[in-house]
Amino acid sequence: MTTDTKNRTGRTTGRGIGLAAVRGLALALVSLPGAVLCFCLSLVSIALIPIGVGIVTTPYVLTGVRAFTNARRLLAAEWGGVRIPPAYRPLPEDANPWARTFGMLRDPATWRDLMWLPVDMTAGFVTALLPAVLLLYPLEGFALALGLWRVLPDPYWYGFVPVTGQASALGAGALGLVLLFLAHFLTPRLLDVHFRLTRAVLGSGQGELAERVRVLTETRRDAVDASAAELRRIERDLHDGAQARLVAVGMDLGTIEALLDKDPAQAKELIAQARKSSVEALTELRELVRGIHPPVLAERGLGDAVRALALRLPVATEVSVELPGRAEPPVESAAYFAVSEVLTNAVKHAGADRIWVDLHRADGMLRATVTDNGKGGAVIGAGSGLAGVERRLGTFDGVLAVSSPPGGPTMVTMEIPCA
Amino acid sequence: MRVVLAEDLFLLRDGLVRLLRAYDFEIAAAVETGPELAAALAELDPDVAVVDVRLPPTHTDEGLQCALDARRKRPGLPVLVLSQHVEQLYARELLADGTGGVGYLLKDRVFDAEQFVDAVRRVAAGGTAMDPQVIQQLLARRSGDDLPPARLTPRETEVLELMAQGRSNAAIAGKLVVTERAIAKHTANIFAKLGLEVSDDDNRRVLAVLAYLDHGR
Repeated sequence: MTTDTKNRTGRTTGRGIGLAAVRGLALALVSLPGAVLCFCLSLVSIALIPIGVGIVTTPYVLTGVRAFTNARRLLAAEWGGVRIPPAYRPLPEDANPWARTFGMLRDPATWRDLMWLPVDMTAGFVTALLPAVLLLYPLEGFALALGLWRVLPDPYWYGFVPVTGQASALGAGALGLVLLFLAHFLTPRLLDVHFRLTRAVLGSGQGELAERVRVLTETRRDAVDASAAELRRIERDLHDGAQARLVAVGMDLGTIEALLDKDPAQAKELIAQARKSSVEALTELRELVRGIHPPVLAERGLGDAVRALALRLPVATEVSVELPGRAEPPVESAAYFAVSEVLTNAVKHAGADRIWVDLHRADGMLRATVTDNGKGGAVIGAGSGLAGVERRLGTFDGVLAVSSPPGGPTMVTMEIPCA
Repeated sequence: MRVVLAEDLFLLRDGLVRLLRAYDFEIAAAVETGPELAAALAELDPDVAVVDVRLPPTHTDEGLQCALDARRKRPGLPVLVLSQHVEQLYARELLADGTGGVGYLLKDRVFDAEQFVDAVRRVAAGGTAMDPQVIQQLLARRSGDDLPPARLTPRETEVLELMAQGRSNAAIAGKLVVTERAIAKHTANIFAKLGLEVSDDDNRRVLAVLAYLDHGR
């Protein structure tokens, strides 16, 4: 299980504290309304199940909750180095609302999400806000000591110090200094506490191994299903395409042999036709090969394969790559097809005229971000391309997070662990 | 004309050797791996190299890397790269030094022996032979824009495609069955519409057109 935490020593620099405070503030501001909204919607939606409405709404609401928790998982990994692997049971893609609702409600991960929301809006909020407060509140103390107390009502309470005159204002300043001193030690740790708290509630704690085994079993079944479907598609393409064309070429050659002496003119015509068929067969094979494993991926690796892909898109696409060495071939391939699918989505549905792709690898994670300036509103819903990407990444314990407010921009982030 | 040939599949190598011999090329060496190719290019000083992108031992892009390497050591060394797939990424790398004597074709082009041999000769003479697919990909991406080449006439687009493949005015005229003077007029129009500097040098012309099509990426 990935429960490693980055070494925090050396992080208590001025910049580290400021960064922690800003991140804490951002987290607090996002987490409170987000958690309250998710929690209320979930309660209402589940309460409405008996009258039927909830059966339709619950899958959407719970998918939203999952997106919210997944985004927080990403932040915990990125800002705190705390890994919280998601452990949702995959749902069949063509399930009806009834099966989706109860499938999700039977998933212990869903209940962990719902239990985490109240914790996040209370303890999570406080631990995220405190770093910012510890940094900002001392500033008020200093301001009081410098004369702000004159314009404030008498007595003004700064912490436990009643400010009535310059002497007590200096006391407030001293208290501010003590608080700032505390902030120096506490700020990064508080943020760490916040992420650990998130993991404690959100991470699958008890029966972790059993849960893991279950998730693995299901994602493996998914992977096997997907590869079987893929093989069937390849078989059909070969059978109806290249194979049929080669049969035609063979037949043409036979006819040519017979016609060579009798009717050279027609034989020549047939030769041209046979050549055309063979070119078409090759073109089809080439497309098929690109769908199985793009040649550039085999020849150059993920970075150049995505660059070559970007050059084929009708939308101006900027690719930045920071990949030391090559990842395992299956991981490369999964990342390539995930990025390719997300790019196709952006071109087809977003109406974007610029796309940015960022690939980098750090701390044993391969992270791909695709951003477009289109009209936004992308969701990981049933039958959407993104849901398929999420399922396929699941086989590699990968996560997908989508941020796509109406009006854009859309940012899709994918993370795959790689050694 | 002395040719070094690198192709790992025996059938294709054998076929290419026979095809090139039939057109009076001298095969200086026909090798099947990357290291052998590097050695042959360094020692035999061929007039032109015909190279498969993917070669043993790693079966990645060894052939392309060998070719680029040899051209760094001997700028302008004519190299015709063959591949099962064409990528603009590779085309850019081959054209990057701007010295000409570069070809990049799909293996299928071998089916038309005349045209293939013409491409080999063109590259050996310091010209360019770009696969029509590379050009079509570039044009396809541009056709949606409100820019030229959208404003080119269909005939001019046709001429632009052939020009970008590296063909001379005489060759384009032959292919479209019109006079060379008509083609000269078309090319002048195209250059005016695209705002490019007129050049009679086929090679510079290719680079200008490709750079134009590739612009803004």
